[in-house]
Amino acid sequence: MYDFSKVVITSSPHIKSKEDTRSIMCDVLIALLPSLFVSTYVFGLRVILMTAVSVAACLVFETIYNKIVGKANTIGDLSAAVTGVLLAFVCPVTLPYWMLIVGAGVSIILAKSLFGGLGKNFINPALAGRAFLLASWPVAMTTWVTAGSRAGLLSNSQETLDAITAATPLAIIKGSAEGDLPSIASMLWGMCGGSMGEVSAIALLIGGAYLLFRKVISFHTPAAYIGTVAVLTLLFPAGGLGHVQSMLYGLFSGGLMLGAFFMATDYSTSPVSHKGQVVFGIGCGLLTVMIRYFGGYPEGVCYSILLMNTTVWLIDKYTRPTKFGAPAKQKKEG
Amino acid sequence: MAYTFRGGIHPGTKDDPGFKSATNTKPIEVLKAPDQVILPVSMHIGAPAKVLVKKGDIVDLGQMIAEAGGFVSAPVHASVSGKVIDVAPRLHQNGSKVMSVVIENDHEDRLHESVKPKDFESMTNDERIQAIWDAGIVGHGGATFPTHVKIKSGIGKCDTILINGAECEPYITSDHRLLLERPEEIVEGVRYLVKIMGVKQAFICIELNKQDTFAKIEQLLAGDPIIKLAPLECRYPQGAEKQLINAVTGREVPSGKLPADAGCAVFNVDTAGAVYRCFAKGMPVIRRVVTVSGSAIAEPKNLEARVGTCVTELIDACGGFKKDPNKLLAGGPMMGNAQFTTDVPVLKGTNAFLAFAEDEDKRVKDPTCIRCGRCVGVCPMHLVPVYMNMFASRNNLEGCEEYDVLDCIECGSCAYVCPARIPLVQQFRVAKMRVQEKRRAEAAAAKK
Repeated sequence: MYDFSKVVITSSPHIKSKEDTRSIMCDVLIALLPSLFVSTYVFGLRVILMTAVSVAACLVFETIYNKIVGKANTIGDLSAAVTGVLLAFVCPVTLPYWMLIVGAGVSIILAKSLFGGLGKNFINPALAGRAFLLASWPVAMTTWVTAGSRAGLLSNSQETLDAITAATPLAIIKGSAEGDLPSIASMLWGMCGGSMGEVSAIALLIGGAYLLFRKVISFHTPAAYIGTVAVLTLLFPAGGLGHVQSMLYGLFSGGLMLGAFFMATDYSTSPVSHKGQVVFGIGCGLLTVMIRYFGGYPEGVCYSILLMNTTVWLIDKYTRPTKFGAPAKQKKEG
Repeated sequence: MAYTFRGGIHPGTKDDPGFKSATNTKPIEVLKAPDQVILPVSMHIGAPAKVLVKKGDIVDLGQMIAEAGGFVSAPVHASVSGKVIDVAPRLHQNGSKVMSVVIENDHEDRLHESVKPKDFESMTNDERIQAIWDAGIVGHGGATFPTHVKIKSGIGKCDTILINGAECEPYITSDHRLLLERPEEIVEGVRYLVKIMGVKQAFICIELNKQDTFAKIEQLLAGDPIIKLAPLECRYPQGAEKQLINAVTGREVPSGKLPADAGCAVFNVDTAGAVYRCFAKGMPVIRRVVTVSGSAIAEPKNLEARVGTCVTELIDACGGFKKDPNKLLAGGPMMGNAQFTTDVPVLKGTNAFLAFAEDEDKRVKDPTCIRCGRCVGVCPMHLVPVYMNMFASRNNLEGCEEYDVLDCIECGSCAYVCPARIPLVQQFRVAKMRVQEKRRAEAAAAKK
């Protein structure tokens, strides 16, 4: 006779794919590594420490929240770690550590956990944290150092950095800051002012390609987003630039790549169908360019994605796939 | 060019696509007839058959021992000759006890007088359909819908016959081996079906992972004006009727309707083989090719067993278990039924019996949807499982209905890809039942 004591009974299907939430988040972290390396090369070791502090703060906040509400700890799914890295990446390297920790608290507690945690939050936690920091400490959040300068590892003082501050390319184009535009090549490699993780378009494209290759994201959102920005900046050049030049600066500056590949593709806060993702991407692109051209800020990626996050339920509703075998009439409507 | 549909998955690894390598090169082995067979009266969808014999009766091989219990029903035949030792409820693959006829084999294989070749050409169409009914032929792909019902309700409505050799379920290779080893039976069976239904085209649909069967089948079909070979890309659930019809003909079966409403009749390759055996040999359904595979099986095989053979004997023939099984499955891993013992009989629709040593199911406690949308991309019915699950988990039946939970074919593609490991199919099965209950209650209330 055979031993069936270990046999379990479950509903079908009985096999599952290898990927799980943790492996997906792990892929996202791997995809962020090239940008981390470039950023460290450009701004110094403080980048690593800032990222580590942000990740640690996110994990601690999530643990504390879960303890308080009596939920099993969810940091094992690594989504809080991803939020931590992304939050650090959208802040300037000179931001004091304590502000970053406050930002992490807003990201994890306010934007994510209070809505029920992973999958239930409706706005991107990292961007919500950044929006909060920008509104609370606008100067600290818009103080940029030139590439190659080394911010003190532990220094929290803004004054010591004043001598080497640099404007972001977008601010220069907009005319809200003075300076010479960096060359397109230096922007591709990341040799320009900006938030830690957004400076190198090449590093972010490598990460994005990895995510596409691993099928963590589909091309729909980034293609629609980047495509829309490309078309608009090409047709309506900004700041006295030529058409193509305007497009290249529009694409490779201000964290568009970071936003398109890593933020707008956030599962929880983007549409579920490919059709919806295209609509979402176009919306992000439109808003990004509108904010850059007509808004008070030189940069529009963060707010455009946050605004589009709030429309996801609507997009999902109107881009629902037409079911197989639907009556012909329903098909026409869809 | 190979046909396919939109959506679906392709489980497997690079080295072992579809997990079929354990058995796809192994010839069918005929298993010695067992000392005893257990024949349940329900081996098909529809009314149970009515038992015609009693304890102590001597029966012959191929003798009808239970007659159809209605139009949507199929008779059951003795798969061995011998003595009826019991007529009582016995454990069935569905987990409950079902009235069964137990026959002790006298190992004489004495043919019953009714088993003789039929003169197909001189029979009227009604006689032919009756012969198929009397042979107890049901859908051998696993769904076991009585074949005569499909034929009768399809005549006049269907212009196309599709022979389903997709075998898209991982691990299963029984149809593959049949297509390779007995293509003559299948092609002849298709010719009979074409004549009975009077269709103008028929396709034998086979996935590209069974390309080794193409040459012989094309040779058998050479010059045939009606029957063609249709190669399919490897994609699960391509063997689901609606997806197969869509892949090959481009038609969509309307929601809530049957394949005949799209002008198609779909038969499994072994159903066609059974039709051939019914006319050419007069033999009813008494045998079944079963793939025995999975990580717990010592030596996976394709076995041809008498219907009613205890699955334990199949496991024995495969060298038993090399590891203690964690999961026993009747059918494929995507849609098969979990079993708690191997002490169940082989049925007409049993295409595989699998045993896994490891936990392939990977269930987790408190699974959390991350809205990744993978389920939306793979749903072959183009539904939105992420929202269906949201409504189902809140017991919001209106929401479930609105998001077409009743159109779900329970193929399991969504649950397979779900990185959060949400038991989506289980959720939808429960939701479908509740929605149907609600509809019945509303209909009953409207009557009053």
